[in-house]
Amino acid sequence: MFSYCIDPEVLGQFRWLSCYLTTGKHFAFYGSFATVLILLAITAPTALAFGFGGASIARSRIGPISWIGKGYIAIVRGVPDIAFFLFFVIALDQAFEFARHKVICPEWNEPIRQGSDFIVCKAAKLPLGNAPQWIHETYGFFLAVLTFAIVFGAFAANVIFGAMRAVPKAQLETAEAYGMSRRQTFWRILVPQMWVFALPGLSNLWMVLIKATPLLFLLGVEDIVYWARELGSTKNAKFTSYPHGDWRMQYFFFLLVFYLAFTKVSEVVLDRIMKRLTHGQATAGGEAQRKAAV
Amino acid sequence: MKKLILSTAALAISAGMAMAGSHSVVRMGTEGAYAPWNFINDAGEVDGFERELGDELCERAALTCEWVTNEWDSIIPNLVSGNYDTIIAGMSVTDERDEVIDFTMAYTPPDPSVFLAMDSGLDVTSGVIAAQTATIQAAFIANAGWSLVEFSTPEETVAAVRNGEADAVLADQSYLASFAGQDGLVLLERQEQIGGGVGMGIRESDGELREKFNAAIQSMKDDGTLNTLIEKWEVASTFQ
Repeated sequence: MFSYCIDPEVLGQFRWLSCYLTTGKHFAFYGSFATVLILLAITAPTALAFGFGGASIARSRIGPISWIGKGYIAIVRGVPDIAFFLFFVIALDQAFEFARHKVICPEWNEPIRQGSDFIVCKAAKLPLGNAPQWIHETYGFFLAVLTFAIVFGAFAANVIFGAMRAVPKAQLETAEAYGMSRRQTFWRILVPQMWVFALPGLSNLWMVLIKATPLLFLLGVEDIVYWARELGSTKNAKFTSYPHGDWRMQYFFFLLVFYLAFTKVSEVVLDRIMKRLTHGQATAGGEAQRKAAV
Repeated sequence: MKKLILSTAALAISAGMAMAGSHSVVRMGTEGAYAPWNFINDAGEVDGFERELGDELCERAALTCEWVTNEWDSIIPNLVSGNYDTIIAGMSVTDERDEVIDFTMAYTPPDPSVFLAMDSGLDVTSGVIAAQTATIQAAFIANAGWSLVEFSTPEETVAAVRNGEADAVLADQSYLASFAGQDGLVLLERQEQIGGGVGMGIRESDGELREKFNAAIQSMKDDGTLNTLIEKWEVASTFQ
């Protein structure tokens, strides 16, 4: 990047480092932090929506519907994440392509499964085979978001399901006594009150989600851990202008600092949200807040 | 305005034609962590023997190629499900892999596998040997009944020997050679002949693409450019 970087071998330590840290590879590393943050920013609300939906369905009074919700929670929670990421994403991708294939190429007469190969017509490929690399990457990224959302949504559904049951029965009965319909009771009484019970469990999930991003590389999305491992690995002078030994320790230490800072910030924010949600609730925390205010 | 519409239409038509051609862009999948075969250079791009070879093959076969990296563990599943069209990642041709995917003809002769250890007098049959998961070396150690520890990246296998977790690492000579002499690491005299040369992995249903690459590899073999490349990157012995 700097003009003096042409021959790094002769540079002093500081200048060498300034060159080393501004290689194209390092910029890819810095960029991957943005990838991870964007992923989290999109995944968290999506997973929460999946969780809320799953819990609501699981609560249904109609047997088969509630089984769907409970089945979703049980199955996803029971399967190891890594298995989900290896197989589910590929299955999801193939399901999309299969659906497009059926719509776009009805005249196709070759089998879609040939041995272990999965063949759909060219126009049904997702993304199209000749799409630029960034489209492939974005597509992979959204597949990852969806998979994360489904996996973490199941855990969130379980938490929210429990939280909904933790809301005191008396509250719901009172609502009914006031003549509210089931729907009104659900949205006006149950949902606002259940968050305070759900938040501890959800904040746990958030912490786990933050650390789950290395699973991304299974999908070809390069995250911070991938780059740290790649940059830190031994570099032989034959293949780079910046040879060095095994520096993974240094890079992973940097990641440690990043993750610790990130979890610290999360904790502070979650504490604030908890305080907000506790306000005016018929819980021990809400009672303590009320007394402190008096 | 008319011109604009016309050129847009022309663009749309040519794009449609490009799509009709069987492989307008060939996506080359590699690992990017196995120097000198393939690695990520300082600029963050795929580099190495296979990068240079792949680019030359694509030019000879008149294909437009694009490079993607993928983790070794999931490199075959992602090929068969169509996320990229070839694997060019120092992958040895084996019968097991051949059942799932097809290979082009080998573009390097078999490279012997060697042991890298801290102690030159090590008896490998009684030691703990590290190898990368899902490689011919890992399968070889498992079959021989020695103690095997597997790691998902090549780098970790060498690190395991350095920090004493394993007594030796078994991998391709070309990969381990650059580590010999560093931090007291030495190559053992014992070598193993496993694997049948390195080829490009291609979907079984993609015979046409395979033929194109076969022809390109053959032409590079014939005019000696392949041997020159092999010598330049020191990845294996040359073809006779």
